[in-house]
Amino acid sequence: MIEVQKLKKSFKDGESTTEVLKGIDFVAKSGEFIAIMGRSGAGKSTFLYQMSLLDEPTEGIIFIDKINTQTLSTNEKTDFRLSLFGYIFQDYALLPEMTALENVALPLLMQNIKEKEALAKASDALIKVGLGKRLDNLPSQLSGGEQQRVSIARAIAHEPKILFADEPTANLDNESSRMIMEIFRDLHRKGQTIIMVTHEEEFSKNAERIVHLDDGRIVKEIIQKPQ
Amino acid sequence: MFSLLNIRIGFFLAKRQIRRSSRWTTTLIIFVMFFTFLNLVVVSGILVGLIQGAIDAVRTHYTSDVIISTLSNKTYVENSPEIISIVKSLPQVEAVTARYLEGGTVEANYKTRTDEKEKPNTATASITGIDPVAEDSVSGISKFIIEGEYLTPQDYDQVLVGSFLVEKYLPIDSPGFSTLRNVSPGTKIRIKVHGVEREVTVKGIIKAKVDEVSLRLFMIDSQLKSIIGRNDYNVDEISIKLKPGVDPSIVRDILKRNGVDRVAKVQTYTDAQPKFIKDMVNTFALLGNMLSSIGLVVASITIFIVIFINAITRRKFIGILKGIGINERTIEISYIFQSFFYAFCGSLIGIVTLYVFLQPAIAAHPIDFPFSDGILVAPIGGTMLRVGLLMITTIIAGFIPARMIVRKNTLDSILGRN
Repeated sequence: MIEVQKLKKSFKDGESTTEVLKGIDFVAKSGEFIAIMGRSGAGKSTFLYQMSLLDEPTEGIIFIDKINTQTLSTNEKTDFRLSLFGYIFQDYALLPEMTALENVALPLLMQNIKEKEALAKASDALIKVGLGKRLDNLPSQLSGGEQQRVSIARAIAHEPKILFADEPTANLDNESSRMIMEIFRDLHRKGQTIIMVTHEEEFSKNAERIVHLDDGRIVKEIIQKPQ
Repeated sequence: MFSLLNIRIGFFLAKRQIRRSSRWTTTLIIFVMFFTFLNLVVVSGILVGLIQGAIDAVRTHYTSDVIISTLSNKTYVENSPEIISIVKSLPQVEAVTARYLEGGTVEANYKTRTDEKEKPNTATASITGIDPVAEDSVSGISKFIIEGEYLTPQDYDQVLVGSFLVEKYLPIDSPGFSTLRNVSPGTKIRIKVHGVEREVTVKGIIKAKVDEVSLRLFMIDSQLKSIIGRNDYNVDEISIKLKPGVDPSIVRDILKRNGVDRVAKVQTYTDAQPKFIKDMVNTFALLGNMLSSIGLVVASITIFIVIFINAITRRKFIGILKGIGINERTIEISYIFQSFFYAFCGSLIGIVTLYVFLQPAIAAHPIDFPFSDGILVAPIGGTMLRVGLLMITTIIAGFIPARMIVRKNTLDSILGRN
């Protein structure tokens, strides 16, 4: 599903250049739940952003469903993200002027789904994450855990092939975090491909593969039975 | 690409952003657009209205809708009685007045002048013989009496003096133009026409913002006729007031078809306008447009700043939109809709204010300029053109900053990196 070859990413800051990813080779198969771990500054989030086409790698190739993404235009990448990917960000990344329902419905509307159908699908997704009674609330009227669940609903409503999550529990309390991970487990059981960046050992146990990054390189991979 | 889908989602985004943005900010932006609209329409409208007020005054108080006057190679309108009877027989005509006109001099204070070397107190005037009732029914000049009273048909040896002939109302000292000193109702003055002198009494002073009224001396037509010895009833001017809604050119053409133009000039009030008046209207309109253009630039800068700040502060959310698959064009369209909304609301409030309040109010109480009663000229076509210009300018001014922000790297926008 995803194949990464010799992926490098460096950032320029004036005269100096910092190489964050130093040639990564990686493959993710359909239906896998992969946790990317590593200490702070290891390049976990940067790796996720390259794979999810939110950023441009400095070198290397990323194939998604055997398509070389380096050949795609900006608009084609946007369409790719819209139709194939779902994103869950650390800080929820909800649009403050839209209700929970509208936030979730937006990508569906952009896929040219009729408004009524989009709202129905969005509503179903919110019910799945336990927010059936908070459809018309603005993000500012929701707790952190609830906002992250809206973010998950938005990411899964259009049934993406791959779900990317960047430290989805980082800003949440234990109870909310466990609730989020339960949703992830459930999604994975239903065949959803999930690639999640986390620094919390406890939550990485839910994944079937753990990829350890250090200093911009994959240093260890663990295949395990998800708990 | 401006696809229907992009427009639909752009509208969806814009609607929510406007609905949930600060009411004060929205009100302020609409307020700016409203004043920009007024600046666009009212400034030029007042400038044109300044001249239009003068034109309207000449029409209402002098030429009326159609004027028949002496040909340049004739001394009066020949066959005047027949022409007047043709005019009166037309169903479109509401009222008619005929005027005798002769150049003459007027002298005041001649009784108190003791030294023969003393310069006589004289003025040159166009002496106009009128039927006071018919004249008032056409030109309504009786309301312009500022001292004394208007003439009655029995007021033999009595005159109305135009205010521009009286020093008190036109205190200028020009070698080519003199005015009468110490003249007020009851004052005896001496008029001299064709060598005939007649002592008359000033019954009133008349002042209008129409030179043909304020520079003339009015007396009963029968008396002027006898002074100038014109016994054939031929007059110099015939002003025709038409019934409301009648096109003056129709009556002009009827009179021409009756051969009136062979013995006199037959003109509508617009035909009778001097070319310099038309040039002035165009000049003031141009001036108004120049001022409006500055207003347009100010409006576009305002919208640019508003949208730029909005887009900058929302850069993270623009990044999120792009991240979840909303394409750049859709986001830009959402900002175009927002700009359009501000311009539309400002223009709508402006149009209502203009046509419901301002224009009727200024029409009822014209602005008192020294040479005209200024009105607000704002034809619907011109206003709509300006609204269109405002919309286009605003949309461009909204699109550019949105484009600048939307084009930034998606991840940099989400993470707030520069």
